[in-house]
Amino acid sequence: MDTQVTKKKLGLKERYKLLTRDLGWETTFHSREEVFPYVHYEGIKIHDWDKWEDPFRLTMDAYWKYQAEKERKFYAIIDAHAQNNGHLNLTDAHYLTAIKIFLQAITPGEYCAHKGFARVGREFGGVGTQVACQMQSLDEVRHAQTQIHAMSNYNKFYQGFHAFSDQRDRIWYTSVARSFFDDALSSGPFEFMIAIGFSFEYVLTNLLFVPFMSGAAYNGDMATVTFGFSAQSDEARHMTLGLECIKFMLEQDPANLPIVQKWIDKWFWRGLRILALVGTMMDYMLPKRVMSWKEAFDIYGIENGGALFNDLARYGVRAPKGWGDAAAAIDHMSHQLMLGLYQWSFGTAFHGWIPSDDEMEWLSAKYPDSFDKYYRPRWEHIKKLAAAGTPFKNYGLAKLCQTCQLPCVFTEPGDPTLICHREIDYKGEKYHFCSDGCKEIFENEPEKYIQAWLPMPQLFQEPLKGDLGAWMNYVSLVDGQDNGDFDGSQDQINFDKWRGMATSNK
Amino acid sequence: MSTVFIALQANEETRAIIEAIVLDNPEAIVKREPAMVKINAPGRLVVNRETIESIVGRSFDLQEMHIHLITLSGNVDETDDSLTLTWNN
Repeated sequence: MDTQVTKKKLGLKERYKLLTRDLGWETTFHSREEVFPYVHYEGIKIHDWDKWEDPFRLTMDAYWKYQAEKERKFYAIIDAHAQNNGHLNLTDAHYLTAIKIFLQAITPGEYCAHKGFARVGREFGGVGTQVACQMQSLDEVRHAQTQIHAMSNYNKFYQGFHAFSDQRDRIWYTSVARSFFDDALSSGPFEFMIAIGFSFEYVLTNLLFVPFMSGAAYNGDMATVTFGFSAQSDEARHMTLGLECIKFMLEQDPANLPIVQKWIDKWFWRGLRILALVGTMMDYMLPKRVMSWKEAFDIYGIENGGALFNDLARYGVRAPKGWGDAAAAIDHMSHQLMLGLYQWSFGTAFHGWIPSDDEMEWLSAKYPDSFDKYYRPRWEHIKKLAAAGTPFKNYGLAKLCQTCQLPCVFTEPGDPTLICHREIDYKGEKYHFCSDGCKEIFENEPEKYIQAWLPMPQLFQEPLKGDLGAWMNYVSLVDGQDNGDFDGSQDQINFDKWRGMATSNK
Repeated sequence: MSTVFIALQANEETRAIIEAIVLDNPEAIVKREPAMVKINAPGRLVVNRETIESIVGRSFDLQEMHIHLITLSGNVDETDDSLTLTWNN
């Protein structure tokens, strides 16, 4: 090889040490306890912060250099997408339903993660941790911005993209993701790391950004693939930070194990519930599918999560409590929630539709143990009703789970024909839950979850007092435009018309 | 033994990285999916700087991989010369 390789003067480890060396000074004016007051109250015992080192050892100059390069790549593609009518290269406009849910429910979560890491970067006592959290905070705000930017091009042409921030705060299905992040943000710094670093990054983003983005590529959505992979290039670092945090806590003191295990149980279940939304996106909303939600969960949930828990077994960690229930639910979750989204489509800022025959064939091949037996008959019935001019619409309001805020549409772990419902009385009030997992989370911290903002009770409070029209204004939903059936919607009509114009001279 | 993996964007830059991984990890299995390439290996996977350099014919900083990385699984150990993923079971 002719190329001269210039030997670096300092190795990666030395450079990283120099970056962080002077940041960890001993405090003299105030005690360390006063400077870092939040690292103790969760009960986690730390003896040596220096034991936490970022395995990627990114220095600030390298971080800026690579992030800038990612941004340049991203904007080059986004510009090309906008300049070349990228919005007409989609397989079908109903694909955009998945992207609307993404913008309304997931993107604001990136912003929450940004706020959370800015905070815990200040609250943690170790230098390696502080630097890694600062970088992650910057990554997360970049994700929120690039996602909003990428999807803004669709907002020029299609409905349902115009008010994502109102909808994030006020509409019902987004409150699932919102409550996940509110819960994480109102936790202590170590629990926050488990919530985001482990549950959101390790379990969720692998499913959301990897097979789903690959699916976006399959469906001609250049904008989403670009923001997805650009974001995911940071996630490898984030997942590693989450895993390092878990190992660090467990190595520092054996007394940390029961606390960490409880958080793993809690946040695995909370993550699984958000994944119900992702499941509907993968199984129902991509016109051209890459893999089913079940296949994706087998790879990234069961196999990869299993590898992680086997690895952590040396510290005494076991698989999360809800692991068995989750495995049993995978055949059913996406179908049960999608049937809910279809029947409540008056109240969604995206359109609903009945799967085509072709799509149902695919679903029965991917779900041989459940689709034909439990879900195809329901869709066939719904199809008959729609053909008869009496479509199945539910104008009643869903009962929400007090913990995860999903409608209680899921079934008992052992019986897919029986709705799972749990309730408890606490201080004279009744609270409802979709599962044992969610009920246990409430029971461990009832004073936290009785304060949860729930979208359905909000409808009956001031200023709406049960007025559905006023509610639509309140959530910035334009009736007959953003919601209802995809067939006959402006999105469908315009996409077909514009695509015809783009591929002919008419 | 648990599977470690690394997933990279399918692009010009990663062709050499993937080639290097295959050379250095005989047990690695390469899965090509839309827009991405996922490489699985039983228990351990190593990415060596020198192998990539011998393919691309220039010096290569392993941290350049951050631009193309989609996801990974396993405990990470990174030095100037290699990135190693392992599961301890």
